[in-house]
Amino acid sequence: MNAPIKFYQTGTFTVGNRLLSPEQRAVQASPERSNALNSGHRACQGCGEALGARYAVDAAMRATDGELIAANATGCLEVFSTPYPETSWQLPWIHSLFGNTAAVGTGIAAAMKVKGKLGTRVIAQGGDGGTTDIGFGCLSGMFERNDDVLYICYDNEAYMNTGVQRSSATPYAARTATTMAVGSEPGATFGQGKNLPMIAMAHQIPYVATATVADLHDLEAKVEKAMSVHGARYLHVLVPCPLGWGSASHDTIRLARLACETGVFPVFEAEHGEVTSVSKIRHRVPVEEYLKPQKRFAHLFGANGHPDMLAKIQADADRNIRRFGLVDEVAA
Amino acid sequence: MLKQTEGSHAVAEAVALCRPEVICAYPISPQTHIVEGLGELVKSGALTPCEFINVESEFAAMSVAIGASAAGARAYTATASQGLLFMAEAVFNASGLGLPIVMTVANRAIGAPINIWNDHSDSMSQRDCGWLQLFAENNQEALDLHIQAFKLAEELSMPVMVCMDGFILTHAYERIDMPTQAEVDAFLPPYEPRQVLDPAEPVSIGAMVGPEAFMEVRYLAHAKQNQALLRIPQIADEFARRFGRASGGLVRPYRCEDAETIVIALGSVIGTLKDTIDDLRAGGMKIGVLGIQSFRPFPLAAVRAALQGAKRVVVLEKSFCVGLGGIVSTDVRMALSGMQLHGYTVIAGLGGRAITKASLARTLTEAAADKLQPLTFMDLDWPLVNRQLEREARMRRSGPIAENLLRDVGTVASKVI
Repeated sequence: MNAPIKFYQTGTFTVGNRLLSPEQRAVQASPERSNALNSGHRACQGCGEALGARYAVDAAMRATDGELIAANATGCLEVFSTPYPETSWQLPWIHSLFGNTAAVGTGIAAAMKVKGKLGTRVIAQGGDGGTTDIGFGCLSGMFERNDDVLYICYDNEAYMNTGVQRSSATPYAARTATTMAVGSEPGATFGQGKNLPMIAMAHQIPYVATATVADLHDLEAKVEKAMSVHGARYLHVLVPCPLGWGSASHDTIRLARLACETGVFPVFEAEHGEVTSVSKIRHRVPVEEYLKPQKRFAHLFGANGHPDMLAKIQADADRNIRRFGLVDEVAA
Repeated sequence: MLKQTEGSHAVAEAVALCRPEVICAYPISPQTHIVEGLGELVKSGALTPCEFINVESEFAAMSVAIGASAAGARAYTATASQGLLFMAEAVFNASGLGLPIVMTVANRAIGAPINIWNDHSDSMSQRDCGWLQLFAENNQEALDLHIQAFKLAEELSMPVMVCMDGFILTHAYERIDMPTQAEVDAFLPPYEPRQVLDPAEPVSIGAMVGPEAFMEVRYLAHAKQNQALLRIPQIADEFARRFGRASGGLVRPYRCEDAETIVIALGSVIGTLKDTIDDLRAGGMKIGVLGIQSFRPFPLAAVRAALQGAKRVVVLEKSFCVGLGGIVSTDVRMALSGMQLHGYTVIAGLGGRAITKASLARTLTEAAADKLQPLTFMDLDWPLVNRQLEREARMRRSGPIAENLLRDVGTVASKVI
């Protein structure tokens, strides 16, 4: 068990826990896991956000020995987890507003500091709308002050809770309810998705990382790393949304993996504004493989498709691969 | 201890004596000196333990206060005008969650046109937000009300706004009596939250509530305000016993005993009104003033009782409900239900226009003779208004209204009549 393990298991590259030594096993593999986001919530089948949040929060719970408080933005995660009197949260949890979650996290962290409860840590979490759009001011403020909060964005690239409207994290060409797949340039015609991880890095905060639900082990490790440092930390998790993306609910993890393997979504870590590690692409694939299973990109394909738009998406993915060195020279 | 100091600094010192644990600071005139004063006390170590947080907006200020309060800390912030509007969503959220945050509002007008001077438009715009709203008549009362506000807020688990007139109070140097730390500690016990984010006993705060219980939650906010109607006078009495002076309470009548005309007002203008009423009384007019210290909860019974023997009521407002008239007047009418009284609304002092004794005396003399219009705009420049109305009737592209008016006025930007 000392050699690096590279198993190709059911085409996922993931390693079964039983093949790993106990200390390498996932938090979720442990019967001691906290089940911070407990079962019985109302997320859709195949919800990437529910999966990501479960892994991330449990990992944070383990890293803090259960001394954790969460602030949550308005959105799917808030709605599906907590209609009163029910709650899936097994940790102290507060929802205040859509756009203020980072600031609420700051307030909780300040209260812990002033009370001398330095062992009690704080996470703030929300979707991409609550993070890249309406909550951006508060998030940037929290970063800039270097408040002791880990902010986790579960990015499904649109406002899913309100019915799939465009957010500033929506990628180019994607169809949403407000970027309709009609006209000469269908889908989202401007922007390429606001790059919050890079913006977070520009704040020179101690730790920034991206992750996806395709590599949950990596997600857990990054949460653990984030909780090992103090100050403002940012974790951006790509979480496919079957409803909003028009994808099969069994494809959530596959799509997250394809987002990485195409270079569309670079997975990396950065400390104090500098990239310190990247997850290499093992099998580089063209962006079509990622886009085709998603109905939100259906207008790009077929007889009336848009090869020019496809080419732009490919070029952006290629740029990510270059920029972050996602493909080893030898492998490439 | 008696001292001569600026209103903002007096409030900063009084807030510090209340041992706030988290203070959120964002600059907006005329509130800024308060948080500056507190920041200095925290930075120098005089106020400890306390986290002084420079936030990036008023929305963040209230949001940080929400997080801190929900986590069990005594939280304070201050704002005014546009800042209060910018944080409005979080203001409603704080009261909806039942978090006993105390906030100073240094009352200031709301734009456009942008205007930094005093009126009550800002806090009145948050009339229905669920916060308690206390109004200070002078700087002594402003600092006293903050000490009472923390006690009231934490007992009820509801947030309290202490409103003090921007510039007129915040920037005025007056003699004040600053209590000692021991006196405040004896009056204000440590904060014991009703709900708290605690890993030892996890709760979910702020989840969704549907039609099955939303009305009940809202009613309970009202029930808290009703409880406050009882507690505010009791707390004011206890304060008077301990500190030796009357501050706060629901309403404060001045020379209302045999008054035929009673003027109702909030804030610092009560001082000018008292002087005016002394003069009018000397001239034989039976007139008094009823100051309202607690605007929310609105003391319907106390107002009604105070007006029992009067023939007419004049509500002097530094706020304006466009399209209707008075804001406070509407509440006073509620208190008068079934009583036969002449009612007058006088809108005055908007955007910092000086409210002078001369204008008050003239207006109140007209009221006492029942010659006042039901809705009166004190010292309004009618020719100026009419000129603009004519201009708009004459041409389509008449331009920015405020610029036109100031061109007509000439070079004098602020006007004292």
